[in-house]
Amino acid sequence: MNTLLELFTEFALLSFVAFGGATALLPELYRVVVENHHWMDATTFAHLYAIAQAAPGPNVLVVTLIGWQVAGLAGALVATLAMCLPMSVVVYLLFGHWDRFKGARWQRAIQLGVAPLAVGLIFSGATLVGQSAGLGWAGWGFVLAVAVFSTKTKFHPLWCIAAGAALGLAGVV
Amino acid sequence: MTEQTKAPPAVTLAALFFGFSKIGLSGFGGVLPFARHYLVETSRWMAAEEFNQQLGLCQFLPGPNVVNLAVVVGRRYGGLAGACLAPFGLLAGPVAIVLLLALLYDAYGALPQAQSMLRGIAAAGSGLLFAMAFRMALAIKRKPYFLPFTVLVFVAIALLRWPLPAVMLAGIALSGAVAYGLLNKDDGGGE
Repeated sequence: MNTLLELFTEFALLSFVAFGGATALLPELYRVVVENHHWMDATTFAHLYAIAQAAPGPNVLVVTLIGWQVAGLAGALVATLAMCLPMSVVVYLLFGHWDRFKGARWQRAIQLGVAPLAVGLIFSGATLVGQSAGLGWAGWGFVLAVAVFSTKTKFHPLWCIAAGAALGLAGVV
Repeated sequence: MTEQTKAPPAVTLAALFFGFSKIGLSGFGGVLPFARHYLVETSRWMAAEEFNQQLGLCQFLPGPNVVNLAVVVGRRYGGLAGACLAPFGLLAGPVAIVLLLALLYDAYGALPQAQSMLRGIAAAGSGLLFAMAFRMALAIKRKPYFLPFTVLVFVAIALLRWPLPAVMLAGIALSGAVAYGLLNKDDGGGE
């Protein structure tokens, strides 16, 4: 019960700074569940991210998996709810009032100012996932290859995931 | 604007639930493009203009954007019940799938083969994240002013491992202030 409550408060608080969605939160999720609470080790964290990537659905599912790892089914549901509920309530209440502040100078200033921060967070998350997966030189080479390939071509990301799985199994990465 | 004053087409709660279930299960690593396709082109519940308008709010606020979008669309067509059912539909299927995978992970995750495969997928996931960050960095406006903030956030979060809420609040204050000043100089040119 105590763990569930902690899980809920930690994730609900994080949802208020989740500019850029759950993906931008990855570094902080790592800090909270691996470094602060020791709920899992770094490798498990990387594995959970990998599983979320290989499954269909919104990006928030990595949070569901983290909750599962911490406290089973109840943990999965509590973590997902904590991440989604607070802003759902806010967005429900703001519905129909968006016109009133959309385009205001402060609103545009926040929008313009938040974007570069979110990009920094996603760069951090990318670094962290690679680090916690325990990649060697070949692994980081593959990360670079995927990054370039995905930037330059329009292939579905699942091809990269499949290639990663195959290279992992073959012991290359 | 005109779309909003028009009476919304009748959409049942069941249609909301199943529509968003479809959206939730349609994409890997994010479903926003599929949401647009379904809402604007397949079901025609929203005009493109209205979709952009609502998405603007959902992307402006923190939190999972697609979940926020489901709340907005659900509320519009089904009130409170719709606002609950649409996100529930969006998440129920994917959560069930991911929990099945979690069961498999609990059972077989310790096997060396599973470990190597997941390491490979995590590496691919890391590469896809780098690509996403790179694309987003290219889209940043007024780069000379704002790219330094990207670098500062990276240093604070990835290298110094500072807590994200504090970094983000300080970042929004500073970067937002710079943006506020820039918008003053060329009002309307920031967008």
